[in-house]
Amino acid sequence: MHKYSKIMEQIQRKLAEYTASLYNEKILDEQFIQLQQLQDESNPDFVVEVVSLFFEDSERLLNELAKTLNQTNVDFKKLDAHVHQLKGSSSSIGAQGVQRVCISFRNYCDDRNIEGCLKCLQQIKIEYTLVKNKLETLFKLEKQFVDAGGSFPVV
Amino acid sequence: MVCEMESDQTEYMEMEVEVLSSMWPEDMNENGKQFNIDWPGEDQDMLEEVNINEDSTIVDFKRLVELTNYSEKGSSQLAYLVKNWEYKQENAVRLLREELDNLSKQQQESELKKLEILEKYQFEEERYGGDKRPISILDEELKRYIFQEAPRKRNDVKIQDKLEIDAEYDSIKYWKQRATHLEKLLETSAQREQILTEKLQESIENLERQSSPVEELSQILKRADNFLHFVLQNAPVVIGHQDNELRYRFIYNHFPSLREEDIIGKTDVEIFTGAGVKESQDFKREVLERGIPAKREITFDTGLFGSKTFLIYVEPVFSKAGETLGVNYMGMEITDQVRKREKMAKLREEIAVQKAKETELNKTIHITEETMRAKQMLATMSHEIRSPLSGVVSMTEILSTTKLDKEQRQLVNVMLSSGDLVLQLINDILDLSKVESGVMKLEATKFRPREVVKHVLQTAAASLQKILTLEGHIAEDVPIEVVGDVLRIRQILTNLISNAIKFTHEGKVGIKLYVVPGPCPDVKQGSHKRMASDHSKVLAKICKEDKCTSPSHNALDRKGSGGCKDADGANERFMQNGEGNYSEQNGASIEDEVDDPNQQETTVWIRCDVYDTGIGIPVGADTARKYGGTGLGLAICKQLAELMGGHMTVSSKEHHGSTFTFILPYKVSPVCDSSDDNEELSEMDNHDTSSEGNDDDINSGFFQFQPRTLGSLFSSHSSGRATKLSPNGFGYNTLNKTNGFQVNSHSFPLDSNTSKETGSVEDACSVADAVDTCSDPESSFKHTRNSGNPSTSGREQNINGVLDHTPCFSSPNSETTNSDQGEITEKIEKSQIPEQPDRSSECSSSKDEQISKTSLKPKILLVEDNKILVMVTRSMMKQLGHDIDIVNNGVEALRAVQRHRYDLILMIINGARGDNALSSPVFAADDDVCMPVMDGLQTTRLIRSYEESGNWDAAKDAGIDEEVSPSNSLQRSDESSTKRIPIIAMTANAISESAEECYANGMDSFVSKPVTLQKLKESLQQYLP
Repeated sequence: MHKYSKIMEQIQRKLAEYTASLYNEKILDEQFIQLQQLQDESNPDFVVEVVSLFFEDSERLLNELAKTLNQTNVDFKKLDAHVHQLKGSSSSIGAQGVQRVCISFRNYCDDRNIEGCLKCLQQIKIEYTLVKNKLETLFKLEKQFVDAGGSFPVV
Repeated sequence: MVCEMESDQTEYMEMEVEVLSSMWPEDMNENGKQFNIDWPGEDQDMLEEVNINEDSTIVDFKRLVELTNYSEKGSSQLAYLVKNWEYKQENAVRLLREELDNLSKQQQESELKKLEILEKYQFEEERYGGDKRPISILDEELKRYIFQEAPRKRNDVKIQDKLEIDAEYDSIKYWKQRATHLEKLLETSAQREQILTEKLQESIENLERQSSPVEELSQILKRADNFLHFVLQNAPVVIGHQDNELRYRFIYNHFPSLREEDIIGKTDVEIFTGAGVKESQDFKREVLERGIPAKREITFDTGLFGSKTFLIYVEPVFSKAGETLGVNYMGMEITDQVRKREKMAKLREEIAVQKAKETELNKTIHITEETMRAKQMLATMSHEIRSPLSGVVSMTEILSTTKLDKEQRQLVNVMLSSGDLVLQLINDILDLSKVESGVMKLEATKFRPREVVKHVLQTAAASLQKILTLEGHIAEDVPIEVVGDVLRIRQILTNLISNAIKFTHEGKVGIKLYVVPGPCPDVKQGSHKRMASDHSKVLAKICKEDKCTSPSHNALDRKGSGGCKDADGANERFMQNGEGNYSEQNGASIEDEVDDPNQQETTVWIRCDVYDTGIGIPVGADTARKYGGTGLGLAICKQLAELMGGHMTVSSKEHHGSTFTFILPYKVSPVCDSSDDNEELSEMDNHDTSSEGNDDDINSGFFQFQPRTLGSLFSSHSSGRATKLSPNGFGYNTLNKTNGFQVNSHSFPLDSNTSKETGSVEDACSVADAVDTCSDPESSFKHTRNSGNPSTSGREQNINGVLDHTPCFSSPNSETTNSDQGEITEKIEKSQIPEQPDRSSECSSSKDEQISKTSLKPKILLVEDNKILVMVTRSMMKQLGHDIDIVNNGVEALRAVQRHRYDLILMIINGARGDNALSSPVFAADDDVCMPVMDGLQTTRLIRSYEESGNWDAAKDAGIDEEVSPSNSLQRSDESSTKRIPIIAMTANAISESAEECYANGMDSFVSKPVTLQKLKESLQQYLP
């Protein structure tokens, strides 16, 4: 029993550290906390659900962005609309890295700067992959914690 | 046995090779003695001259013997050779011995066989009388067996089997015959044995007689020598041995240029002259002395073989006693390699330099990028700050229109001015970064310079707190209309003027406009005497962008904004009780439009001086602190001027004043058509509607705004002057209101610059459409005025000193102003809290009618196209205890509103920024189609229109049909056709424009994204009971 609680402690510490690192590295912002606060007994998987939706939506948008940018006559209005969508969703889950790039992306859209847009798309992809990996790890850790008998909120 | 022999042979071979290789160095120093020198490029000639021995290596045998005897190396080599010879002999002996062993072994075997046979014969003898001499036969057999090879042995056996005896078996004759036969065999056998023994003997003797070690040694030496020659045939190598006086004893050189006798017995120095010779000799000596082998690269430049680099290896040779006998020396010509190496080194160096440069460049690029990023960051930040800030300012402005006591009003005013200051600062930063990043685009619009100057001065006068005269002076040669970016020009003027006002405590501030021949900053057109006298001694020509000395001026305090007297008739001025009377003079100079039609589209350079009688640009740095400001304003002015293809300078004299000058090129449009100056119209707001006398302004060359407190004092003087200097000019008086107007005027927040007014109160939608950018109180006021007093359109502009481009005139007469003012205030008081009374009555009425309804949760509609946002917002609303309906776009929203009655709508505003916000569509959530669907602003407008009119005609016009749902529409028409649904905008780009737009389009409030629980809660609390 003692050993068990020690493991729990470890997982919990690991989880806390990992979560903190996500904020420190400016991958997530406080909006994510908002998200976590919305999760309760009646809605136990809320965060995972929203984030999964975000992944789904982002991938679709990233494809759209790449497609739009690849066209000979880039439709900047459409591009901007897509980026706007992505900015909206990333900001509402607190994926500030993605959101940040979206802002400059939109500036490039305004300037009709294809180079800049392509660069931003690349950056967004990187940021998105980063946040995706980080969040997936976080969920894994949380699952470990729950499986080990822990219960939220730990935040 | 055979196998063994073979392996022995291999061993022997190996040994030989080993010996050779180990002898290599010894050979080199002990053989030959011809000094061969390689002459570059002339080898052939040299070869012809020199008698080349077939054996180019010549051995000083005496020396060799000496060396072999005395030097350790020599003796060790000798020992080695002897050892080798001994080994070989040993080997031979061993081989023989082995053979012998073998023989004896076979002999034994044969003896065994013989015994067997004997037994057999004995048996036969016993049987037949026996035979006395069988042994030798067998012996013979044995010998034969031994000396024959296996197959022959078999043959022998066969022969033996074939042995035939004629005699009858077992007869005496038989036995006799057999005995003779055997005897014969025995004889031959004995003979053979003897021969073999002899051979053996001979062989042994041969072995003993074999060659002496010396012979062998010289043979080996010869072989080695041959090998060496073979190997060294084409090698650029010189090998030599020198004694302890460094005289050559041996030299090997395949390409000799000197004869043997020229070399042997001489030293390097004696043979050659030139660079490197001495060095090489010294080096050899050094090795000789130190007794340690060494290598060195020496570049020679001798008369004999030119410039060559040799890698020289020198090793000392010791006697057995340890004395140094001389040195072995080996040199290899590596000139090419050295050259290559040097080239490589040079290349490497170049590469290194290149790399260093690259790194430097990268660093620079990196720094530049960082700087750009920082600037971008600043811009983004400013953007982000501006939106909430403009929210604060707007709210404060609305607050200031409410009933406040004196203290509260003061506080609110401070809030407003501080907020405006920050807003202006942020605008400046944004402008600057826009200009710097090259994003700023210029627009070419037609405008009238006179009016721009006038309005800038009017605006400044409106917020003037000091006793200053503001004047504008436009030379006659300045075209009526020019093409340029009027917004930017106005920005520069406004900046400069407010800067001038800030640093001027008495006297005047003015703008002077005149045409100059070209972009020459120093040309002073002294056409204006008055100016010259005022600004006579401008001494210092100071750097235009001196931040510490020219702090900006952004804070134009709105407190002092009083009414300005707009006296279109300049010559007639009425100053009574500090109040200006409005007077109108028509047709003073309508015919003055002279130049323009004649001009083709040409460029004129117009010089603009903004002068003041202020403190000048002080030398000390304290001023910045005393006056505050960042200097951003001037930096922007300068940048803008340059962006427009002109430039800006300043001249200043401390305590006397400064003149900021900018010269810009303008296009002059060929036709001056006052009807097509739409830009001008929008720019000037509703200026043209103001008065019939407007046309006069076009040509007026002089404006003056007198200090209000001293108005009477100055009026006659200035009017006189105006008349004198500019017969068709106009004078404007700044009048101080002594009655309640000043207090009232606070309710109309003034913004001297670009920040725009926003108000939340609106009850006249139709007007809002017409005057988008106007604040609500203003528009409501206008609405009233327009409807109430359509005839007095000239007054309209007089009161609303709201937007920077909206001039602040004084009202025609105080009574009208006051009454208007009262009316406005009333109106505002009524309208600022429009919902509460309505709502309460609504609530109470609904309570009476439907009790169940109050217990129902408020019905909320979310219009949002982003799935994630929908999910998050829904969840938040759930936590706040609300269930919401969700639609994805404006059309659906309208349908939903048509079907149900909502208590609140959360409306997405698409994120398009700035000017596009109204025009860019919201895309449907399914972006593949990219179908523009009605955006949030339009949706809101349509809903408001419905609320106003009670019908959906406007929506129908927009292509959205009402879904007929009788019960609902009945219910709606019963209950709430007039009721206003609170609509909260959810904006992604919470920038000021979108906030303004939100209000302008009839939204009640806005929440910036990302939406948080707190924000949502606060917004809901405002609108839900």
